[in-house]
Amino acid sequence: MPADPVSTVKIATYKLALAYAGWWVLLITIETYALLTSFDLRWQAALADAVTINLLLAAAGHAMHNALKYYSPGAKNSLSMLVWSVGLAALCVFIHRCFMRYAFADDIVYLDYMEGSYIIRGLFSWLMIALMSLMSWMWYYMQDQRASEKREQDAQKMAREAELASLRQQLQPHFLFNSLNSISALAGTRPEEARKMIQQLSDFLRGTVRRDDQQLVTLEEELKHLQLYLDIEKVRFGHRLRTEVQHDTTAPALRLPSLLLQPIVENAIKFGLYDTTGEITIRINAATRDGQLLLSVENPFDPTTAQPRRGTGFGLNSVQRRLYLLYARNDLLTTEQQETEENPRFITHVKIPQTA
Amino acid sequence: MIKTILIDDEPLARSITREYLQAHAADIAVVAECNDGFEGIKAIAHHKPDLIFLDIQMPKINGFEMLELLEQPPAVIFTTAFDEYAMKAFEAHAIDYLLKPFSRERFDKALEKWMQQRGHADKSTQQAAILREEIRQPEERTRVVVREGGNIRIIPVQDIHYVEAYDDYVKIYTAKEMFLKKKTMSFYEQSLDPAQFIRVHRSYMIQLTQLTRIEPLEKDTHVALLKSGVRIPLSKAGYSKLKSVLGI
Repeated sequence: MPADPVSTVKIATYKLALAYAGWWVLLITIETYALLTSFDLRWQAALADAVTINLLLAAAGHAMHNALKYYSPGAKNSLSMLVWSVGLAALCVFIHRCFMRYAFADDIVYLDYMEGSYIIRGLFSWLMIALMSLMSWMWYYMQDQRASEKREQDAQKMAREAELASLRQQLQPHFLFNSLNSISALAGTRPEEARKMIQQLSDFLRGTVRRDDQQLVTLEEELKHLQLYLDIEKVRFGHRLRTEVQHDTTAPALRLPSLLLQPIVENAIKFGLYDTTGEITIRINAATRDGQLLLSVENPFDPTTAQPRRGTGFGLNSVQRRLYLLYARNDLLTTEQQETEENPRFITHVKIPQTA
Repeated sequence: MIKTILIDDEPLARSITREYLQAHAADIAVVAECNDGFEGIKAIAHHKPDLIFLDIQMPKINGFEMLELLEQPPAVIFTTAFDEYAMKAFEAHAIDYLLKPFSRERFDKALEKWMQQRGHADKSTQQAAILREEIRQPEERTRVVVREGGNIRIIPVQDIHYVEAYDDYVKIYTAKEMFLKKKTMSFYEQSLDPAQFIRVHRSYMIQLTQLTRIEPLEKDTHVALLKSGVRIPLSKAGYSKLKSVLGI
């Protein structure tokens, strides 16, 4: 696609005008030749006849073309188009007749031919004008279509970008306010720890606002960011929360959309903490398989009380939507419930394709 | 001496309340700290506190559900990170709430407000007021908590087949069991999703997905047949409501 649509239209118009002129020159030549061979006219009369009528028709065609520019034709005004084309054809024939009678007043053979042919001429003129109208209507229609297609594409692209941005920036206010509350509590008795937590929270927040939507980061970077989040959660829930992060040797270099892992872990922590009362372990595992990055996040749950909807709560929905917008695939995020007697676990799996 | 209990699943969040309370140590004693609603219920039964500080988002059962399970709930000051908009829902009630993180000034104000109210009304009328107000949680209800002997059961709402009025109680029926709960029908009519549960009779509310057939009983009266085979009488208003919901 050329970058500047205005210049392409200009080029197209210029080429079109040339083709239009060429078409009329061709018609004039053929008509003159036909008049010379079929009706034995003088060449001056034959040429003048062809030039006059075709110039008039070209002007009429141009007029229709301009009119169509402002009144886009629909089913409603097709009747008015018909009336206009008939009127213009009649006008062309009338002007031609007046002019030729005046210019070739003494050419009996020509006048005889002209008087005998003007119904055919009128019909031919109308057909030509109708044909030109139809062609310019199609021309405008295609332009319109192309413009609206482009508008639609632009709108879709903008909506997609906005949605990606908002999905990425979804920071749970609950998390922020509770963290601030912990800092407030620490400030009274353990100011050094409060200061440290402010640092961790700042680093975490900076990481969430700085990043670009479409940007892919290495797993290593993403895990570093995740660690900040886990450290903060451990200040709040250290008495209950254990985390294990494991990965194979190749996974840290693989790429994934930034800030994808954190909401999944956040979901797992919430699910685990609020669905059980004991100590919980969240396991995060990253592996390479067939060149793809496989992530899994595990949390315990209580199969007797867990809400079926809860597993695909808001956190996971937005991750799923983001993966769809980025990779046009709905099968990258899956969840699994292992309902074993002693250790029921909810596992979220994510597959990240590695492109180039 | 005023007895109080702190119920919050974050130890640090409890520690700030405790710290603020130290300034009032002459009048108020913290008799227990609890990590969740279960501990809370036990501690309240044991200590019979005058006032509790209660978090909302907690493991297994939330603060609202814990209150529902108490026969005689004490006065409550909520401490929560819920946003202001959500808390507006029960701003009208006599209970105060503290949005985390809260300042010492705001904390003292809430305490003072409660002390004043306490001076005006005796304890029993206060509790009656709380019960009458039927505090509802600002978010949509997805489960119902009930007491069953000494245990607490959590029933996902989709497991409820129907609800029946029974004096001051309601009976909540699932596939195999029935639970009693000291609540009114209108409480459940308001807190359960009206697209999912229909009040079909003064004494009955059914889950729409459980309905298989509507049968005529006598002239002008109908019964609803549930998948479990149970027949529920329909009032005239209930019958027409059911018809409009089903689009027939």
